[in-house]
Amino acid sequence: MSDALPVLSCSNLSYCLGDAQLLQGIDLSVQHGETLGIVGPNGSGKSTLLKLLANVRVPSMGEAFIHGQSLRKMNQRTIAQKLAVVEQHADTHDAIGVFDAVALGRTPWLSALSPWTAHDTTIVEQALSDVDAAHLRSRTWRSLSGGERQRVHIARALAQRPQILLLDEPTNHLDIQHQLAILKMVSALPVTTLIALHDLNQALNCDRLAILERGRLVALGRPSEVLTPQRLHATFGVQAHYLIDPFDGAQILRMRPF
Amino acid sequence: MLTLLACVALLLAVLAGVAIGETPIAPGVVLQVLANKLWAAGYVLDPIDEGIVWNYRLTRALAAAACGAGLATCGVVLQSLLRNPLADPYLLGISAGASTGAVLVAVLGLGAGAVSLSAGAFAGAIAAFALVILLARISGPTGASAQIILAGIAGSQLFNAITAFLITKSASSEQARGIMFWLLGNLSGVRWSSVVLAVPVALLGLVVCIWHRRALDAFTFGADSAASLGIPVRRVQLLLISCAALVTAVMVSIVGSIGFVGLVIPHAVRLLCGTGHGRLVPVSALGGALFLIAADILSRTLIKGQVIPVGVVTALIGAPVFALILISRRNAR
Repeated sequence: MSDALPVLSCSNLSYCLGDAQLLQGIDLSVQHGETLGIVGPNGSGKSTLLKLLANVRVPSMGEAFIHGQSLRKMNQRTIAQKLAVVEQHADTHDAIGVFDAVALGRTPWLSALSPWTAHDTTIVEQALSDVDAAHLRSRTWRSLSGGERQRVHIARALAQRPQILLLDEPTNHLDIQHQLAILKMVSALPVTTLIALHDLNQALNCDRLAILERGRLVALGRPSEVLTPQRLHATFGVQAHYLIDPFDGAQILRMRPF
Repeated sequence: MLTLLACVALLLAVLAGVAIGETPIAPGVVLQVLANKLWAAGYVLDPIDEGIVWNYRLTRALAAAACGAGLATCGVVLQSLLRNPLADPYLLGISAGASTGAVLVAVLGLGAGAVSLSAGAFAGAIAAFALVILLARISGPTGASAQIILAGIAGSQLFNAITAFLITKSASSEQARGIMFWLLGNLSGVRWSSVVLAVPVALLGLVVCIWHRRALDAFTFGADSAASLGIPVRRVQLLLISCAALVTAVMVSIVGSIGFVGLVIPHAVRLLCGTGHGRLVPVSALGGALFLIAADILSRTLIKGQVIPVGVVTALIGAPVFALILISRRNAR
């Protein structure tokens, strides 16, 4: 399968906002079924990269491709049928219900004239139970806790029936139990996943990692190969080394300030 | 079924708007007049009654319905697109621009009598809207909603200041009084020529917004979220905001600026039937139409022998209702 077209890729992807170069010359390709983690310090361009890959922002230079087809030549609707995004700070003041919030995920598949069908309802119900949120179905958005909201966001993305899922720090602000539950759930999904993460120990579980530093891609590869003590020093400014968990032999990172 | 119910409610409201007034006219007579005019039914009626019904009250009621529906629809669209619960049709500087346009025509005699007050108001409204959008685009990188709102406030202040300046500088007190009355909303001058403009424009706005109902839903979690759901955000924003501006400009040019309809009705309807725009848009339009017809009846009957500007009535009802909505929203959390 290695010679197959990558599911998602980009070449020389760059983004400027005013004078600030937020992203510069990113080349990536993600294979079918892969989970690619994106790590980097605050402001390194993780969210920007995800927004460009979803065509939510248009790159200043370079381009991104889904199955080898340039996003510039696809309309937004076609992109949304293949790729879904779980944003970091998506919130609303509207008194929307959980079912309706997830039902928004069907938007790219419906037109002004095509009515909502039982098939769409089935997909929404399935998405809710995939994230273990079926019991929240008739609650209102405002009554949900942070962890519940995050699961509903993921359900909405799943209701898009995407082949590619982009997640921007989905475990942010969650307690440890919900963090682990969400990561486990995401890794079990049968889709190609790009996930921006802050916790480097959680990032160790990805198939590959892309490390961003001030808008540039500085390392790309298997987690144990790229998250070296030297790299952690250079990019994150911390002293780090690996410990072995005597319980199951897993490697974990211990980090200290300089 | 619901559509049928809505039509019946609207017809009854228009009927009430025609029948009730300083000279009450029996609903039966109203129907006979309509039958005479629409199907040449040939009932023998008092020509004065006939004149009041056909040329004064019916045009008034229909214009009120169209303006109410149009303003409420625009309110829904702007609140949803700009993600701001305080957005209303006048946010984009439209009413301020309209008043400046009207004052230029009325006080300075711009257009030498060939241009009506309405045409001046419409031109002013569109000019103000263009300025606000231009300012928002220059100052904001992504057409962000905060930029549009801030630009709208700046534009409104500017045009209000120009209006005040022109009035103090050149208007007689009689002119100033007339303009004030017009600014507060006034359905008295409405004739058939205005109705045949207002009704199609309101319907057009309604159809465009219902057509984009799913796009409006997709903005629930913000513009980026809408984009990731496959909505061409820039295009939809430009189309719907321009549409709202056009509808509002037409309404303002006919009846002046009637406040609170576009702000209160969408919020009240959200409480009743939820946030889905498939329902929210048509029900708001209906609610706006019924509300403005009722407000017009009140404005004509509250003080005997005098007509209160309808904008005063909508504000007197609208402000307390808005307060109630705020309180019940807090309780609904």
